[in-house]
Amino acid sequence: MITHHLSEKLLMAYSAGTLPEAFNLAVATHLAMCDECRARLASYDAIGGAVLERVEDAAAPMPHEALAATLSRIKAQVPSERIGESGKARQEGWTLPEPLRSYVGGDVQDVKWRNVGGGVRQAVIPTSENATARLLYIPAGKAVPDHGHHGMELTLVLQGAFADDEDCFSRGDIEIADEGTEHQPIAQAGADCICLAVTDAPLKFRGLLPRLAQPFLGI
Amino acid sequence: MFDITPQTLPSRQAASAVNMLCVQHDGYRRGKRQSAVDVQNGAKWVVLLEKVATEKDTDAFTEVFEHFAPRVKGFLMKSGADHALAEECAQDVMVTVWNKAAQFDPARASVATWIFTIARNRRIDMLRRDRRPEPEELTWGPEAEPDQLDVMTLQQESEQLISAIASLPEKQRVMIERAYFGDLTHSEIADETGLPLGTIKSRIRLALERLRHSLS
Repeated sequence: MITHHLSEKLLMAYSAGTLPEAFNLAVATHLAMCDECRARLASYDAIGGAVLERVEDAAAPMPHEALAATLSRIKAQVPSERIGESGKARQEGWTLPEPLRSYVGGDVQDVKWRNVGGGVRQAVIPTSENATARLLYIPAGKAVPDHGHHGMELTLVLQGAFADDEDCFSRGDIEIADEGTEHQPIAQAGADCICLAVTDAPLKFRGLLPRLAQPFLGI
Repeated sequence: MFDITPQTLPSRQAASAVNMLCVQHDGYRRGKRQSAVDVQNGAKWVVLLEKVATEKDTDAFTEVFEHFAPRVKGFLMKSGADHALAEECAQDVMVTVWNKAAQFDPARASVATWIFTIARNRRIDMLRRDRRPEPEELTWGPEAEPDQLDVMTLQQESEQLISAIASLPEKQRVMIERAYFGDLTHSEIADETGLPLGTIKSRIRLALERLRHSLS
């Protein structure tokens, strides 16, 4: 059961469409696993609907020919476009839910991991430049390098679990860390832990070696 | 007996359910503070969109277009697009409305909310060229047919949210609107006191809670 959910702030920013792509990816992947946050998101989307409804139509009238132009575009469409994407049933049995799976180009076995030391592996997921997304693979019982944060970091658990001093996070849980959060998460025994980590600033590792390695890791 | 294909069955029933419930609702609640007109307003768009979905009804689409296309255009202009770009994108949004009308679920969103999400996604493409990751759409198992009461409740709560936002002091309302236009500066977002969330007063919170309740 998911016990760590999206914050109101993140849900509102996702609904408003103002998050960087990497954060959108983490939020959307959590939503794929969490019906509770989906319902909460729907209420934020409803604010967007109310805001749209309140935009005065006199402020930006459409020219008279716009309706006819739109209707002729509709008629000119080839049939395959008109069908659109039909609602897909939620697919079970994947470790990486959509939309993450599309970003990776497959499930966990398709991830191109790179070792970053101590048995920890990572794979950077290309997104737009203002934030970074990567998958982390942490062997059971191993620690993620001790680090603090410059900006905001979201960590979404996809397999296994990790815990820091205060809390335990398992599949579907999302940890929201910001400036000032310093912790040493440890992957729980049992299964190796896979997480999606996104950040809007480079992580600052506290040990000397990770700091030296940082420019080469792209994190 | 009836010539209704399985695909169109749920939406047809939902539309007629809304029609029926509006009449009932009007009768039961007449004279109370809750305005039956508001409910019918939301339900009107639901019925029109169902006609677009099931009958490819261009008259129904025209009504939806005339109400929403200028609003989408205005929304995109407030998000930073110029006249020409906003107009072109508003047309794109309305083409998507036509194409995806059958996917609209009146038990999950008002028509305004649904069109907002399409316009927002178009804006992300337009202004940033980012991809917009979305979770998979859920289907609702064998009971895909929306429950009549769910449809009516959701549409009603959405209308109430509109009037709750309208009744906010101007400064707070403008903040929420700017957040959804994507028009808050970094310092405004970073400043906790300026966060739109801080301005969501109890009435909005209450409306949100009720919406959530009706969605869960």
